Amino acid sequence: MSLAARHLEANGIPTVICGSARDIVEQAAVPRFLFTDFPLGNPMGKPYNVDMQQAITAMAVNLLESAAYPRTTVQAPFAWGDDAWKARYMRVDDSNRDALREAGEKRRERQARAKAEGRVRSA
Amino acid sequence: MTERAQTRADPAYRVFVSYIDKSRDYYAAQGYERPYRWAHNDEAPFTPLAKPLSESRLGVVTTALGGSIPDDVDPDTLPIKAAYATPLDPIPERLYTMSLSWDKEATHTDDLDSYFPIRRLRELVAGGGLGSISPRFYGVPTEYGHRITRDVDAPQLLEYMRQDQVDVALLIPL
Repeated sequence: MSLAARHLEANGIPTVICGSARDIVEQAAVPRFLFTDFPLGNPMGKPYNVDMQQAITAMAVNLLESAAYPRTTVQAPFAWGDDAWKARYMRVDDSNRDALREAGEKRRERQARAKAEGRVRSA
Repeated sequence: MTERAQTRADPAYRVFVSYIDKSRDYYAAQGYERPYRWAHNDEAPFTPLAKPLSESRLGVVTTALGGSIPDDVDPDTLPIKAAYATPLDPIPERLYTMSLSWDKEATHTDDLDSYFPIRRLRELVAGGGLGSISPRFYGVPTEYGHRITRDVDAPQLLEYMRQDQVDVALLIPL
């Protein structure tokens, strides 16, 4: 998505990204980025929280106008409320190492099948 | 420690999640030997707004899939990834997000506006904070290879936006 934003911007369309994976977006270097420090999945606000969604949507859109320089990051002033997800998401420890290896094997099988059946695009 | 303190991130570490670090360890544990190389640029392009937001037409871009795909679909039957443009009238009831990496333990994507805020944008337009919304919305798939995004999907997205006379873009990756 960051690469798409860069392409639009380079061709005359101002862009803003709103997302929760701060390091990935900033490393790709984008013109404007509104960061929401939430679990991946709800960058525009908590589900069914209309007030929060309105505030985040307005911040994202306004950043199009207010950013003076590329690589402008602004953080939305909201917390998820409980940070336990930060350690839990994609954790790797002794409790799930075997399950992850098994999931990886299944994933590779699925990817190989998709490739063999022509369901993936090649670069 | 209070209960509140126990659920706060430990400031001895970065308090926002590094998905680059997390996914590298996670996929290594899945048996992938070569870590993913994330896009890395030293500079970003910049285009100032040509007219005020109140006169601008905004295009919304998602990484989710359109087309009313049920959540329990067999992933092997999903369409081949491609950029797309779909009319926003009527507003889609849902988009398909299950094939994307988001935190399925911590949250859900049952509320479209939590990642595709089309109702919130319409409210912004009604309040005068934005000129209009493009008649179509756009999808750009999350691809493993940077080259497909850069050389195929991004130019296609630009073409769609030019057809729809989009002035500014809001891109929302899950």
